[in-house]
Amino acid sequence: MLQKIYDWIDDRIDITPIWRDIADHEVPEHVNPAHHFSAFVYCFGGLTFFVVVIQILSGMFLTMYYVPDIENAWQSVYYLQTEVAHGQIVRGMHHWGASVVIVMLLLHTLRVFFQGAYKKPRELNWVVGVLIFFVMLGLGFTGYLLPWDNKAYFATQVGLEIAEQVPFIGMQLKTLLAGDATIVGAQTLTRFFAIHVFFLPAALFALLAVHFILIRRQGISGPL
Amino acid sequence: MHKGKGMKFVGDSRISAERKPNIPKDYSEYPGRTEAFWPNFLLKEWLAGAVFLVGFLCLTLAHPSPLEGMADPTDAAYIPLPDWYFLFLYELLKYEFASGDWTLMGILILPGIAFGALLLAPFLDNGPGRRPHQRPVAVGMMLLGLVSVIWLTYTSAAHVDWEGRAEANKPVPTAEVDIDTEHPGYASYENSCLACHGAELEGGAGPSLVGLDLSAEEIADIAVNGIGSMPPDQFQGSDEELEQLVDFIITVNESAE
Repeated sequence: MLQKIYDWIDDRIDITPIWRDIADHEVPEHVNPAHHFSAFVYCFGGLTFFVVVIQILSGMFLTMYYVPDIENAWQSVYYLQTEVAHGQIVRGMHHWGASVVIVMLLLHTLRVFFQGAYKKPRELNWVVGVLIFFVMLGLGFTGYLLPWDNKAYFATQVGLEIAEQVPFIGMQLKTLLAGDATIVGAQTLTRFFAIHVFFLPAALFALLAVHFILIRRQGISGPL
Repeated sequence: MHKGKGMKFVGDSRISAERKPNIPKDYSEYPGRTEAFWPNFLLKEWLAGAVFLVGFLCLTLAHPSPLEGMADPTDAAYIPLPDWYFLFLYELLKYEFASGDWTLMGILILPGIAFGALLLAPFLDNGPGRRPHQRPVAVGMMLLGLVSVIWLTYTSAAHVDWEGRAEANKPVPTAEVDIDTEHPGYASYENSCLACHGAELEGGAGPSLVGLDLSAEEIADIAVNGIGSMPPDQFQGSDEELEQLVDFIITVNESAE
């Protein structure tokens, strides 16, 4: 039955070559922990992606309850945390995932760095990877404000004051992020929400796609 | 790909009528013990992922995510603190050479150099050797950066009283309570409990009595026998008054829900 459905689709749009492109790639011996246990360091990248998937899924569920406005943001998070079935776990996954993803990203970066895996011809993929790191830090910074509790509010205020001190464009930068030159308030929250949920994830997906396509084109770096 | 005359297409589309076989590639001629990603390696990776997920879920279950009280912009006494992965930047700004007149050093130049070098590492370290001992400068700089970040994060975090902060900033549900001073139990509450638990049961020397998860018998027992640091015999009245007092506390709790 499944085969028939597959054949019917394949007849019309010829998906076999696409599928074989995705599925067929080799895993060399030196990156396979089944053969050399020390190759577990090659898992860090995959695990980072795994945590990113956890973040996307838990984040999607969080937006079902979260309200990005200063009256209700904290209330909605408190409600989610105390009243909603499994709300505490979903928020916990998103909260801890934000930390774990930074740790895994750091480990992955260090693996690539100390193995010199960024050397020719893989320079561009390293640059894309570091950009992913920056986007991740941006997601951490903007997501920190969203629960609208005291630590979120005051940490963001400090962050915006730092942005303000950048020469020439400081004021514009702060206004762009906060929605106002002096107030950290309703505008700031909606902007951070939009950046956290739409702008940065869009950048992240594009960079991840480039990252993976480059890995597939160049193959994994050889043993040292 | 087959090209040229004689090609057959599906209808008027550009899809070739000739089907390609859906057969995995053969890796037996590849060097070493190369294996196929799909499905061989993915199944093992799946196991590693499952173990990781179990560990991760244990973490989230053991430590519920923190939530402090609702943001209060007028709270001038609050000491701001960023998330742990920004602590090193926060700590850096406390140094003399990175604050005051030298703020630019702390917010732009030093982090700019560090992150700029990280971004451009392949172009700065462009020799052919990949082994760490073949590129001592790059590896040395990375170790220096790593040690500084860990040291800064550690110094910053060591000065924070994490438990004290969490305790002082606990979220307070903004439950509205109705205090019915006409309630027959109110007089007993006023005499025996109000001094410690507050006029609106909001707490004081004793904890808040709003949001209790106790039965009537348990409340009565605590009023007479005390609990924790609350001494016994706080309530000294008749059984009927005790019953009215308990009913009053429960009524207020119900009004708060």
